[in-house]
Amino acid sequence: MAEPQRARPKPTPETQHFWDGTKAGELRLQRCDACAHVYFPPRPFCPSCASRKVSIFKASGKGFLYSYVINHRPAAPGFTPPYAIAVVQLAEGPRMMSNIIDCPQTPEALELDMKLEVAFEVLDDKITLPVFRPAKG
Amino acid sequence: MRRNQVAVVGAAETTELGVVPNMSQLQLHADAALNAIADAGLKLSDIDGFATAVETPQQVCHYLGIKPTWVDGTSVGGCSFMLHVRHAAAAIEAGLCKTVLITHAESGKSMIGKAPRSIPADSLQGQFEAPFGVYGPPSMFPIPVLRFMKTYGITHEQLASVAVVQREWAAKNPRAMMKDPITVADVLSSRMIAYPFRLLQCCLVTDGGGALILTSADRAKDFPRKPVYIMGTGESVETPMVSQMETFNSSRAFKTAGPLAFREAGIAHGDVNHLMIYDAFAHLPLFGLGDLGFMPHEETGRFIADGNTRPGGKLPLNTNGGGLSYMHSGMYGMYALQESVRQMRGIAPAQVPNAKISVCHGVGGMFAASGTIVFTNER
Repeated sequence: MAEPQRARPKPTPETQHFWDGTKAGELRLQRCDACAHVYFPPRPFCPSCASRKVSIFKASGKGFLYSYVINHRPAAPGFTPPYAIAVVQLAEGPRMMSNIIDCPQTPEALELDMKLEVAFEVLDDKITLPVFRPAKG
Repeated sequence: MRRNQVAVVGAAETTELGVVPNMSQLQLHADAALNAIADAGLKLSDIDGFATAVETPQQVCHYLGIKPTWVDGTSVGGCSFMLHVRHAAAAIEAGLCKTVLITHAESGKSMIGKAPRSIPADSLQGQFEAPFGVYGPPSMFPIPVLRFMKTYGITHEQLASVAVVQREWAAKNPRAMMKDPITVADVLSSRMIAYPFRLLQCCLVTDGGGALILTSADRAKDFPRKPVYIMGTGESVETPMVSQMETFNSSRAFKTAGPLAFREAGIAHGDVNHLMIYDAFAHLPLFGLGDLGFMPHEETGRFIADGNTRPGGKLPLNTNGGGLSYMHSGMYGMYALQESVRQMRGIAPAQVPNAKISVCHGVGGMFAASGTIVFTNER
């Protein structure tokens, strides 16, 4: 029997632009044209003022480590424990869940508030995930 | 809602708690319901209002043979039953029904007749959380903890002491699953689950259920048990995605539901004799003490580590042993409510002497929802 696979996102009409973005090497967020609120996850209206006039833009990909766990058990299919599940505070305001790469998965190495930058992990020909690594410099 | 107009007149858990491999989840609902009906001295035909979560009202009503004129299937996680109490009190006051039965049951350990939880790949959680390796509550619920600790200077030892103190309460409770004393060192050397949390900081996984029966306070005096009045109530929801909470330094749902209930009850924190804060994981009592306004968050860790919530302490908290040591079928809120009712009736295994006001605070999902009930035994 095949090993259970890592969970793969299935885009909806409201989120397709985000997943098109990661595939193209861009982290895309949305900004309200009426009140300038930047938000995530994607939706075609502003959750702050309800305006339907919103724009998609390429985020800087910069942020910092807001919080995390290092998961030991049970491990999700496709993951080798221990691995960190992180929440990244993006420079533009929203937070998102992600993984931290190029960094030991230890409390010593994973310092809260450490600067991070986005990277992209290709899962398959449809889905590329946004992940983060310690920022250089 | 007006205070003390509705009362709990029946309350019971399933005959057995813990590992119950001889009952399906649906039968656990029925077992709890029949025990509560007997506790109230009623017949099933007296029930005209019904509420439950996860299972549908039609499923449980048909199984029990109840013909309700009011139902509530609010299902927001483990605090659903706090919301049911709030909604039932409003319905009784509005005259929609007279006698409400609320049931919870879960075959959380044996998984008999229980649908597995799954996250659809095209949901927001499936797209923006599941791909990063979350896998069940232990990998999700503790995600805010490190930020909370850094913001408020909470230590690992203080978070371990939550489990130690609750085990002290559990030791007094014959029905608690885990009764052997533990130390902070035991907690901090138990198996790592999801750093910073170890096994003894995570809830049990068990089978069981519970049921409550509510009616108007005017009718309540004719029942066999001492009535326990609904003094104040609150509820709210925030987000099903832990990563999208407004902040990891508090729970918006807690900060909405808790103060609503206190205001409705017209009480101050010093009036509270007994407190239940749903403890799926060890950080929840700290969030709860702060978000409900008992003290600044900075003080919550020391408050528990110093013994203020243990037997004989000034604020008895989670006196059944909690989800960490008493039982946790998956949706623990009903067991917290049962313990508050026992304390107000004066029959709890670890009874708080002369307790007159009990606050019961629940969480649903990973800080996704919240419900708070203030009970009193004086009208």
